[in-house]
Amino acid sequence: MRKILLMGNPNVGKSVIFSRLTGTYVVTSNYPGTTVGFTKGYTKINGEKVEVIDVPGAYTLEPTNTAEEVAVKMLETASQEKENVVIQVIDATNLERNLILTLQLLSRNLPLLIALNLWDEAKHLGIQIDFQKLEAILGVPVVPTVAITGEGIKELKEKIPKAKKGRCLTGEKWQEIGKIIDEVQRVSHRHHTFSEKLNDLTIRPATGLPLALIILYLIFLLVRLGGENLTTYLLDPIFNKLYLPLITKIITQISPPKFFLEILLGKTLEPLSSFGLLTTGPYIPFVIVLPYLFIFYLLLSLLEDIGYLPRLATLLDTFLHRLGVHGYSSVPIILGFGCKVPALLATRILETKREKVITTALIMMMAPCLPQSAMIVSLIAPYGTKYLFLIFSLLFFLSLFVSFLLSKVLSGETLELFLEIPPYRRPIFSLLGKKTWLRLKAFLKEAVPLIFGGVFLISILELFGIIDFIAKFLGKPLLYLLGLPERTIGVIVTGFLRKDVSIALLSLLNLTPKQLIIASLFLTLYLPCLSTFFVMGKELRLKNLFQVVVIQFFSGLFVGFLLNHILN
Amino acid sequence: MRKIDLTQMKENEKGIIVELLGGCGFLRRLEVLGIRKGKEVKKISKQLLGGPVIIQVGNTQVALGCGMAKKIIVEIKNKEKKD
Repeated sequence: MRKILLMGNPNVGKSVIFSRLTGTYVVTSNYPGTTVGFTKGYTKINGEKVEVIDVPGAYTLEPTNTAEEVAVKMLETASQEKENVVIQVIDATNLERNLILTLQLLSRNLPLLIALNLWDEAKHLGIQIDFQKLEAILGVPVVPTVAITGEGIKELKEKIPKAKKGRCLTGEKWQEIGKIIDEVQRVSHRHHTFSEKLNDLTIRPATGLPLALIILYLIFLLVRLGGENLTTYLLDPIFNKLYLPLITKIITQISPPKFFLEILLGKTLEPLSSFGLLTTGPYIPFVIVLPYLFIFYLLLSLLEDIGYLPRLATLLDTFLHRLGVHGYSSVPIILGFGCKVPALLATRILETKREKVITTALIMMMAPCLPQSAMIVSLIAPYGTKYLFLIFSLLFFLSLFVSFLLSKVLSGETLELFLEIPPYRRPIFSLLGKKTWLRLKAFLKEAVPLIFGGVFLISILELFGIIDFIAKFLGKPLLYLLGLPERTIGVIVTGFLRKDVSIALLSLLNLTPKQLIIASLFLTLYLPCLSTFFVMGKELRLKNLFQVVVIQFFSGLFVGFLLNHILN
Repeated sequence: MRKIDLTQMKENEKGIIVELLGGCGFLRRLEVLGIRKGKEVKKISKQLLGGPVIIQVGNTQVALGCGMAKKIIVEIKNKEKKD
């Protein structure tokens, strides 16, 4: 099939053009061997079905990062077929620096077509570009577009068959670009726009940091409220009133041997403790994780489309740099206060392995997930706020300490922040929905099978009595070190299935305040929850996964042990 | 005229880039964002405690770490000459 490659600098509206060109059926995938994702869709050109690829954003074809390496590889693969076409999306407000990529693309052997996007914004800034003259100089079709309103998209589609190999400009590149700019661009007086004022407010620390805190708090609140309500009032009832009776009926009708029955439905019908492949299996991803993820992805996509994320990264870089990570890690870390699953999925934006490991450790240890925090608060608060303060500040400083140590131990340096701050842009709500759906689809495709696999594994271990064996064998010394009574072992062994519930179960065990504090801290740290564990396994290499889990476990043990001897 | 680096500039101050210290890779990364010798740069903001510096070149705003900012030397037209 013929391919159309959409290429261009980051933040030029490439993805919006992509959405305008393609229909509803699009696929996102990772480029083999990398964590760089790209999107693929289809369109019709003169009745012929053509593949459209949204290539990762690149400033240059002389790669300076992984995304650009991938872009170059995709371009090279595509240039093996003569019928393939490249559309370069250019930011009309930054014509000069976008032309670097244009000159590089012209020297490659593929038909080229240029979409001069953000045409309206350029006009607003007093920039006039004579696109016909540009067309004449470059020797390829140039179409002005405003992707967010759809202006010029029809013309762009019509011009695709007219794409051609342009003129190869061989002079020194800045001279060539300078000549082109002199010929085609006129800049008149520009106004200080509202977007620029907003930019100043949100990026200067005096106003930007308080605003950032408010925005983060709002996200946190919305994810929590939205997620909780979706679970309690929509998904849990659907599961318990519709799905569960139906599936139980079907399975009992088939009446498989007892062994299979227990694997499929579990020993009890309680979806959280039965470990049944068809009960606990779907309950965890669809009823517990999905609602949080949905709200969170919706908000993340919104902030991303508006252009807030680079500003947030810049504001927080000052603090995070000292812990050995980029400002860009701020997004996953903050997400981790809500739910660890989306937080870990968000670490994909990080470039180096070192950064990913440190960020993962910070995500896992800095605070419990939101449902778990809520449980700890309700459980400990009656004994005094000072104990709550103790628990949360211990976790916070422990995570800082661990990440600081990791930044010293792991090889590599902390990279300096270097990123473009794009102007604020109006979001398009239909695209927002599409993006959220794509991300949820990726979660369903990647994480759900892992969670099912985990539930299956545990039910097998349980059936063969291996879990009981571990509990007896490892439980005794653990409980001794932590000063916890024997009845807590059950909670510890099954607690990683859903960590907030495990904390709630502590209230039934008649523990002393000291034991409660130690148990809450230990249960927060000792292991990631089941969903988190498998997502972590997907995002990290096996060795790094092991590192993080071991660090978590021993930090939990260490803190618990210490408190057992210090607290009275 | 005085020559200073980006970290020493004040907010909203403008200058012309006269020198870029640093290796080829660094220069290339700057260049593709339109940051090169002879260009006018405006400082938008700085962050606390030696955090990143935000500058504008043309219509592009860029945040860059303090270490990088120190490698970009600008010349500022100033009424009171210092020497």
